[in-house]
Amino acid sequence: MHLEVSQLHKQFPTKRGATVALEDINLHIEESEFVCAVGASGSGKSTLLRLIAGLDTPTTGEILVDGRRVIGPGPDRGMVFQSYTLYPWMSVADNIGFGLKLQGVPKNERRERVAYYLEVVGLLQFARSLPKELSGGMKQRVAIARALACQPKILLMDEPFGALDVQTKETMQQFLLQLWRQTGITILMITHDVEEAVFLSQRVYVLSSRPGTIQREVSLDLPSDRNYSLRRSPTFQNYKYEIVELLRGEAAILYPEAREQLTDFCIPDNN
Amino acid sequence: MTNKLSKSKIDREQKMLPPTVFWRIAEDIPKSLNWVLICLSIGIPLCLWWIVSNSGLVKPLFLPTPLQVLSAIQRLWLTGELPKDIAFSLFRVISGFSLAAIISIPLGTLMGTFASLRALLEPIIGIVRYMPAPAFIPLLILYFGVGETTKILLIFIGTLFFNTLMIMDAVKFVPKESIETSYTLGAKRSQVLFQVIFPFILPNIIDACRVNMAASWNLVIVSELVAATEGLGRRISVGQRYLKTDEIFVGLIVIGIIGLAIDLLFRLLQHLSCRWASR
Ligand SMILES: Nc1ncnc2c1ncn2[C@@H]1O[C@H](COP(=O)(O)OP(=O)(O)OP(=O)(O)O)[C@@H](O)[C@H]1O
Ligand SMILES: [Mg+2]
Repeated sequence: MHLEVSQLHKQFPTKRGATVALEDINLHIEESEFVCAVGASGSGKSTLLRLIAGLDTPTTGEILVDGRRVIGPGPDRGMVFQSYTLYPWMSVADNIGFGLKLQGVPKNERRERVAYYLEVVGLLQFARSLPKELSGGMKQRVAIARALACQPKILLMDEPFGALDVQTKETMQQFLLQLWRQTGITILMITHDVEEAVFLSQRVYVLSSRPGTIQREVSLDLPSDRNYSLRRSPTFQNYKYEIVELLRGEAAILYPEAREQLTDFCIPDNN
Repeated sequence: MTNKLSKSKIDREQKMLPPTVFWRIAEDIPKSLNWVLICLSIGIPLCLWWIVSNSGLVKPLFLPTPLQVLSAIQRLWLTGELPKDIAFSLFRVISGFSLAAIISIPLGTLMGTFASLRALLEPIIGIVRYMPAPAFIPLLILYFGVGETTKILLIFIGTLFFNTLMIMDAVKFVPKESIETSYTLGAKRSQVLFQVIFPFILPNIIDACRVNMAASWNLVIVSELVAATEGLGRRISVGQRYLKTDEIFVGLIVIGIIGLAIDLLFRLLQHLSCRWASR
């Protein structure tokens, strides 16, 4: 098993006692799998990803990547945040090559790999640009290329397209799918956009809130060639509906008075 | 009711923000206007000075005319006194300030980066910072006499702590996620310090130095008023003793001009080394 999370608990101490962010999380991801986690705001998605990245330590429980226990962050787990986190003083090429530089990869090899990933994310002509000269979607492509350049065992993404407009988001989703097929990388992506999760991944973990637990694991039996028309197919819509329902049940518990509105709002139109 | 509502709606529609040139917020003004205003900023005080000093309202002993000051500058320059004063004051400022910068830049960066070092050093620096640097003069004279050491150390003490704390604060603005991203790219802590945090705050470091350079100039004058045989501060105190008001003005104006020049140099340095930070 590539990534294995077992009996993970995380609580944060606060002034009003401890907040339980995650409770008894068990999940696994196989090599070259594309998995999404969805859940309401505050269900501990970011916390989970940070624990896997090693940026925070679990209260109890264990995370194994390729059989090795996670005790801290490392380049075997690439991370992409919603805020692009590019280094503003470095050119696009230097941003992409930064991880390699940190690890002491010789300059020649570095240049080759940077050129390769620039090509992959389609930003060759922007190699020398500064991040402030790029659009949001381009910045996020640089962030993804920067993580990929380290050839991580798994790519962790925390709502990477959350700040993008609908059109850019769709382009980026296509881009990511193509990238995934091309490189065969393992991806764990967090999103609150159910459609995005169903469109991109092979499996979806649905998290419930307060405390965050895994409510359901949904395996998606969809054709591997995912294009725009897939979104309109009944199978796709059914998966989407199933997950939305799960989340809605969740919301109904949290905010019972909002249930009616949610029902109106969330029903997918099947026309 | 509906009438009232629609009326207030009309009122709101009429309130559109009218365009402006002079009162623009967070926008650039036209270049030509910019230059006109800059010239006015220098020109108006100069004119006022000219008018008042030539009107005879104020005794020449108290307020020399611009021309008198200009000729005093020429006189002092030709005798070689003014270049010597400038050289000595500059030497003291640069020595004291460089010393402070060499220590405060790494110290401030480290304190900003490591909460442990901050807890260890911030309290004591916070206390010493509030002690006015000139209050150290008696001690410094006691320890080091009235030579250059005392003057340079005075500037050093007066600049060190502020610069350190300002640089320390700049580290707070490095986004946590940038640092965390570096870890996931394989960075060691030292690499985060030198290759992420330091370049990120470099523009702020230069800015802090620029601001605190002004404090250095204050202190060099203070130190020269106490004990010196040359320097711009010395020039001013001699001017006072012999009622050479024009020479006091020479001292003040030269200090102002040198200060402005240094300020512009820092800005240039920042512009050249941190192009990415400019808007
Ligand atoms: N550093 C922290 N200190 C205290 N509590 C925290 C901390 N980080 C997260 N939490 C709490 O843990 C819970 C989960 O937070 P988390 O950010 O993981 O949610 P999320 O699912 O990513 O939400 P969103 O969709 O809004 O990003 C929240 O209740 C939050 O208040
Ligand atoms: Mg989150």
